[in-house]
Amino acid sequence: MTLAKNGALSLEELAALPGMPSKERLAQGPVVVIECAQEIPCNPCEAACPNGAIKVGEPITNLPVLAEEKCTGCGVCIAACPGQAIFVIDMTYSEEEATVQLPYEFLPLPAKGDLVDGLDREGQKICTARVLRVLNPKKFDRTPVITIAVPKECAMAVRNIAIRR
Amino acid sequence: MRETEFAIVGAGPAGLSAAIEAARAGVQVTLIDENDKPGGQLFKQIHKFFGSKEHYAGVRGIDIGVQLLHEVETCGVEVMLNAVVWGIFADHTLGIIHDHKNLHLKAKKILLATGASENALAFPGWTLPGVMGAGAIQTLVNIHRVLPGRRVLMVGSGNVGLIVSYQLLQAGAEVVAVLEAMPKIGGYGVHASKLRRHGVPILTSTTIKEARGKGKVEEAITIGLDEHWREIPGTEKAYQVDVICLALGLTPLSELAWMAGCQFDYIPQLGGHIPVHDANMETTVNGIYVAGDVSGIEEASTAMEEGKLAGIAVAEALGYLSAAEAACKKEVVLRRLDELRSGPFGGVRKQAKEQLHQQRCSQ
Repeated sequence: MTLAKNGALSLEELAALPGMPSKERLAQGPVVVIECAQEIPCNPCEAACPNGAIKVGEPITNLPVLAEEKCTGCGVCIAACPGQAIFVIDMTYSEEEATVQLPYEFLPLPAKGDLVDGLDREGQKICTARVLRVLNPKKFDRTPVITIAVPKECAMAVRNIAIRR
Repeated sequence: MRETEFAIVGAGPAGLSAAIEAARAGVQVTLIDENDKPGGQLFKQIHKFFGSKEHYAGVRGIDIGVQLLHEVETCGVEVMLNAVVWGIFADHTLGIIHDHKNLHLKAKKILLATGASENALAFPGWTLPGVMGAGAIQTLVNIHRVLPGRRVLMVGSGNVGLIVSYQLLQAGAEVVAVLEAMPKIGGYGVHASKLRRHGVPILTSTTIKEARGKGKVEEAITIGLDEHWREIPGTEKAYQVDVICLALGLTPLSELAWMAGCQFDYIPQLGGHIPVHDANMETTVNGIYVAGDVSGIEEASTAMEEGKLAGIAVAEALGYLSAAEAACKKEVVLRRLDELRSGPFGGVRKQAKEQLHQQRCSQ
């Protein structure tokens, strides 16, 4: 499936994005994954990054380009993206698990330690995720950022969570 | 008869921005709105806006509204609420019903920033309670915090349909599907992705066929379309829903511009009949300007920039800004408009706008 057809980026579409880190960079520690695939006029991610790791430039319809060596995976760009298209992945979290940081504008918020469903780009449950952290400072302007631990093989697929009721 | 220098009809993003620009330059501004609160649709926009910092990117529409209202208050704009402009006459006089009384307001310059109305779609059962426009749902959910139903079928995948679907999820409703008659999603991919990762199906080449129910919507029937927009028999599907939301685009609210004698052009990419206007937002009738959705359906971000342009142009025409000062201010705004109208989504609108400007200039 493709973005324009059903709303979910295909693996081929993802691979072609200038906001995707390399496999080598992913193996080195936390880094952003920018799933922004259409040339819409928007650049808050560029201004949000304290390290100059995201470049949009002029015109502002350019796709964001990731300078992966400058990215520290701090994640301040996640809540700044109006399209909620930015995630931070840490493949080095543990032997079996990786972490995913994602924006989550829903109530109730999960709590640290909760087990939740890890959902992929099409909303399908693909794993169990453990909530490590819930950040919701004023600076994020009501876009909380959730950090979850998931099996490593799910890290590039999990993009949402569902709270278990 | 009352008099003012600059009357603005409509206190949405375009009208507010025009009022601020003109008042800051020293113009006496009267801002008129039929609602009991200014802000237009901004206060329903609880999502973060796109654009760059200069376009309030990353700020939620509702917060932009608060900011603009504050600026309007501090720069001495007269705001006339619960005021319906029912007519516009020669010599720039507006007929207004204000607090149940009729009054006439004569202005040197008039800006029509009247916005747009939603397009509807007629299908069997469309008059059943539960079939409603996306604007009504945004008002209910985001302003009054009332959920119109539990299970919603969204018709239309433009940005409005996608954003309202997301807001319905946030409010606790279930969106069973988003339908799109075209073979591809109309709005931004990022808005679509936000829905997809919650499991909401977006069905392209699909439309609504019928709403069924006793006294209210209980079931929606959808059907697939072929490449010629013809229904494909046998592709009907039934969804148990209590709300069918129509998000099928907007049409400029241009009655006052027609009444004023403005020349129009039909530009489908901009939503239909559009008053021809120049780069100052002035129509073919001297002293009457348009900005925002009435001058072509776009977004709140572009509406604010167009409002600023009109405000600057009026201040210049009334002698509050020199030609050089105005040119300098306009250049900044035009550059920002250019940014917003670039790329695969905005480029179409840029071309259409230029077509309108050329017509106005060739007269």
